[in-house]
Amino acid sequence: MRKDQNLGEYLRAQGVSRRGFLKFCSATASLMALPPSAVAQVAEALASARRPSVIWLSFQECTGCTESLTRSHAPTVESLIFDAISLDYHHTLQAAAGEGAENARMAAMEENDGEYLLVVDGSIPTGNPGFSTIAGISNLDMLKETARGAAAVIAVGTCAAFGGIPQAFPNPTGAVSVSDIITDKPIINVSGCPPIPVVITGVLAHFLTFGTIPDLDPLGRPTAFFGQTIHDRCYRRPFYERGEFAHTFDDEGARKGWCLYELGCKGPTSYNACATLKWNEGTSFPIGSGHGCLGCSEPGFWDHGSFYKPISAGLWGPRETLLGAAAAGAALGIGSAMAARARKNKALKEAEADSS
Amino acid sequence: MTLLDFARGPALQWSLIILVAGIVWRVLGAILLSTRKDLSTPRRKSGLKDGMGTIASRSLPASAFEKRIRFQHITGYAWHLALFVTVLFFGPHILFFESILGFGWPNLPNGVVLFAGAIALAILIALLIRRATNPVQKLISNADDYISVIIVMLPLLTGIIAFAHIGARYETLLAIHLLSIEAMFIWFPFGKLMHTAMTFPSRFQAGTSFGRRGIKA
Repeated sequence: MRKDQNLGEYLRAQGVSRRGFLKFCSATASLMALPPSAVAQVAEALASARRPSVIWLSFQECTGCTESLTRSHAPTVESLIFDAISLDYHHTLQAAAGEGAENARMAAMEENDGEYLLVVDGSIPTGNPGFSTIAGISNLDMLKETARGAAAVIAVGTCAAFGGIPQAFPNPTGAVSVSDIITDKPIINVSGCPPIPVVITGVLAHFLTFGTIPDLDPLGRPTAFFGQTIHDRCYRRPFYERGEFAHTFDDEGARKGWCLYELGCKGPTSYNACATLKWNEGTSFPIGSGHGCLGCSEPGFWDHGSFYKPISAGLWGPRETLLGAAAAGAALGIGSAMAARARKNKALKEAEADSS
Repeated sequence: MTLLDFARGPALQWSLIILVAGIVWRVLGAILLSTRKDLSTPRRKSGLKDGMGTIASRSLPASAFEKRIRFQHITGYAWHLALFVTVLFFGPHILFFESILGFGWPNLPNGVVLFAGAIALAILIALLIRRATNPVQKLISNADDYISVIIVMLPLLTGIIAFAHIGARYETLLAIHLLSIEAMFIWFPFGKLMHTAMTFPSRFQAGTSFGRRGIKA
C-alpha cells in the first residue's frame, strides 16, 4: 500500500469488492457490539483511513502471537487491513537488522510522535536487563522509550497482557506485563496464547474508525471479545446442564461430544471469543476438537493447577495432611477426655472426703 | 494469588484440617468420657438391637406429639433430603469430593439439583423466620442456632447465585461460594452442626442404656 493511498483505495486495488468490504464492516461492527447504524460509520472511517504507523515490539515471547496473526487464512479482508497498516518496526518480520532496524524504529517514532500505535508481544524481564535484549537495548528500556510517544499500546498475547508463561512460578526472569511498566498510556490487552487474529484486527478497526480504544473489561481487554466466558458460549453447554460429562478423552461421553468440565476445561472462568469466532477461518476451537479450554487468556493461567483438574476440585496439598489433622484431633480428644476424667475423679474424691 | 486460587487452595486446606481435627476431637472426647459403672442388675441384655431400634424410633415423631410437630417433621425431612441431593449429586460437587476422598459417583442433571437447592434454601429461610418469630422457639434458641442455620444457608445462597451468574464474574462468585463452604467447615465442629456426627451415635447410646433398664424407647 502506497503512503498516499487510503484503505478503501488499497482494498479496491487488491480486488476486494464494495460488497465484501461492507460485509467485513458489518461483521466488525457486530463483533464489537456496535449498533447496526454504526456500520456505515465504520465503512466510511475505514475506507478513508490513512495507514497508521505501528511499531511492534517482541520481548520474552515464543513468536506464537505473530504466527497467529500473520498466518490467519489468507487472503482475508482482515489480513489485508493488517497489511494496510504501516508496520514500521517488527524485528521478527522485517528484513533489516541491527542498527538499520533500530533507525527505522527511531524514525517512525519521530515522524509519528504521539500518533503511532505500539504493539507489544511478550513479557518484560525485570530481574536482569541482560535476560532479553534487542540490539543491546534491554526490553524494559525499549518499552519505556517507545511507549513515550505512542497514542496507545496494544498488548498482544497473554505474556504482554499479564506476564504469561515467562511469569509462571517461579518466574525466574522477574517477568511483568506491559501495564506493570506503562501506566500513563491507554493500554488494550488482547490476551490469549495466542490471541485470535480477528480480535487484533477488530481492535485496529475500532481504533481506525473512532480514534479511541474500545470498551475494556476490568483486565483491560475489549469487552466485545472478552465480555463472556467460553462456557457461556460453548456449544457443549447443554450437556453441562444435563449433567452429561466426558470422564476420559476416549469414553462414550467424549465420542458423543459431551461437556469437558470433568476433564479440567477452564471455560467457565475464561473470557475469550474462541467459542464464537473460532480458529482457522471459523473451523474449530480447542473444545470443538475434544480438548478442554486451558484458560490461556486469563492471568496466571499456567499456575492455576493442572490443566486436567476440574475447576471445582481443590488445589491443595496431599490428602495426608488430613490424616495429620485426624491424628491431632485424636490427641486433642484423648487429652480432653483424660482431663475430664481427672476432674471428675477429683470431684468424687472431694465429695467422698466431705461426706466422711 | 487470585481469590479463587485462595479459596481452592490454602483456605480449603486449612478449613478441612480444622473440620477433621475438630470432628475427631469432639467425637473421641465424647466416646472416652467416663461413665459411672452401673451396678444394678440389667433387665435384659441390651445391645445392637436396642441401639438400632432407638435410632429408628427417634426418626419418626412420637404419636403423642405428632400433630404438634408435624411442620418441623415434614420440613426437617424435606430440608435434609433436598440438601443431600444438592450437595451430593451436582456434578461439580462430586468432583470436589473426589479431589478430597479420591473417588466419585454418578451425578444428576443440573435442573434437578437446582430445584432441590432452591427447595432447601426456601425451607431454611422459612425455618429461620419461624425461629425468630415463634415465642417458644425464640426462647429456646441461642446464638449457636442462628449461626448454624445462617452458615448453612450461605453456601446454598451463594451456590445458586454462582450457578445463575448473578451480580459478579463467575470466578468471583465461585470463590465466594467456596469460601462460604469453608466458613461452614470451620464452624462445623464447634456448633450444632455437629449433630451430623453425633445424632446417630447418641441415639444408639440412649437405646442401649434404656434397653438395659428395660425401657422401650
